[in-house]
Amino acid sequence: MIEVEHVSRSFGSFRAVDDVSFSIKTGEIVGLLGPNGAGKTTTMRMITGFLPVSSGTIKIDGQNITEDEKTAKRKIGYMPESAPLYGDMIVEDYLRYVAAMQNADEKEKVPQLCRICGLTEVMHKNVSDLSRGYRQRVGLAHALMNDPEILILDEPTSGLDPNQIGEVRDLIKEIGKTRTVIISTHILSEVEMLCGRVIIISHGKIAADSPTSDLRTRFGNSASIHIQAAGCTQNQLEKMLSSLDGVSSVRFIEEDSDALTIPSSVKKRCGAVVSVSGDNEIRPLIVSGIAEKGWTLYDIALQRNSLEDVFRTLTTGGVQ
Amino acid sequence: MKNPKAVILKRELSAYFTSPVAYIVSGLFIVFSSFLFFAIFFLQNRAELRQFFSNLPMLFAFFIPAITMRLFSEERRNGSLETLLTLPVTSFDVVIGKYLAAFCFSLCMLVPTIAYVITVFIFGKPDLGPLIGGYLGAVFLAASFSSIGLFASAVTKNQILSFFIAFALCIVLALADSFLVFLPSPVVGLLQYFSAGSHFTSISRGIIDTRDIVYFVSITAVFLTLTVKVLDTRRAG
Repeated sequence: MIEVEHVSRSFGSFRAVDDVSFSIKTGEIVGLLGPNGAGKTTTMRMITGFLPVSSGTIKIDGQNITEDEKTAKRKIGYMPESAPLYGDMIVEDYLRYVAAMQNADEKEKVPQLCRICGLTEVMHKNVSDLSRGYRQRVGLAHALMNDPEILILDEPTSGLDPNQIGEVRDLIKEIGKTRTVIISTHILSEVEMLCGRVIIISHGKIAADSPTSDLRTRFGNSASIHIQAAGCTQNQLEKMLSSLDGVSSVRFIEEDSDALTIPSSVKKRCGAVVSVSGDNEIRPLIVSGIAEKGWTLYDIALQRNSLEDVFRTLTTGGVQ
Repeated sequence: MKNPKAVILKRELSAYFTSPVAYIVSGLFIVFSSFLFFAIFFLQNRAELRQFFSNLPMLFAFFIPAITMRLFSEERRNGSLETLLTLPVTSFDVVIGKYLAAFCFSLCMLVPTIAYVITVFIFGKPDLGPLIGGYLGAVFLAASFSSIGLFASAVTKNQILSFFIAFALCIVLALADSFLVFLPSPVVGLLQYFSAGSHFTSISRGIIDTRDIVYFVSITAVFLTLTVKVLDTRRAG
């Protein structure tokens, strides 16, 4: 559907996007993730044809977008960040205007999009008087007017309150069932919730491109297990843990001070964090291992490595 | 299949008619132009439009930039240019649509001046040639100044700056022939050719010369082309 091949874009001497390549198939919901200024918006603007590329090619349906600008634009619905719209129009007039521009059937599409985007109450308000959430929804209606095969949304949930975020996300999910969607965001949980695939951009380059579910295992450790035990020394504990299959490293931590009151007969506890490689469930092994040695287990907890960790390593550490 | 130029024209025109600025500008235009007309009418007891037409280039040099200044500047400032240009349109469509809106609105400004024509017909026997020529010249003048204003608006995000750039360009073209006395003779011919004022005067005498028409049409074409170029190179960075 979308093929981006070796695309670069410079603003003066600043290289905003640097040799980026990826391709997106029909029906994918892709999240462009990256810190501010990483080149997400520039990449999106190039796909929509708003910004020309400095070098490289972008193809939509196998057609280079520069060859037939209008045809390419007809396939795309785009909402820029913060949905800049004409403030001097009322919502209904604005949507009619967009329908005319997109050659859509106004009588059918305008009421339909109002229903989908929940705009019925504000139809006769000036766009400039709308709250941020409603503006965003008008922007979404704008982007959906031409029944686009590709929907590109730049930070669709930024500046919304939690309820509105939920609504917009549900809407995107619904739309994404039948269309190709690209959203940019720096909210990681949003990518996890919405996107089947994530492209992490950092300093204008692609730092990672993988299915969202694989991101943790592929970049960074997949999980770690916190253990608290008593009746053993730290070395004994380490020896036992390292002998287990699927343990990649063991690190000691200070014991918790916020535990329940411990009888004085119990000796000092020691704690460890075990990093697990792969997706093996090794908790039963740890429990039985500790039981065999006759130690006491106080705590065992699985912690999924957060996407935040992955994001941080990818965007601050070197490029993969 | 709706033509995007027509859709943009319609939107821009309705934006004009819903904004107070447009009414203030056209109201002021009536005040100034009627002063020019009625000063002659009452003080000199002459029923004619010559004074009105001879000052029209200066009036337009002020009022047309006031109409055109928001066309692109506003969109660039609030970012809606991006929403507009990612719709299935080319920069050319956008420029033509907006240009026609500004042009139509500046013609609307001329409509109340028909009152002067009626007054002249009631109280005198005006010559038809200069009258028709004057209005024809006004149409050409509005066409070329609108394109200059549109260009100035595409250059900057700042509406005030856009107004002054357009005003400067228009007033120089309008008054260039008034400076001819100070200049050495080789420059005079050239400057006279570039002066919108002298071409307007020649049309408004009732003599329709293709050279004058070519002049106004080329000014319009040049500035519209420049506007498209500005929009494209801004994005090319």
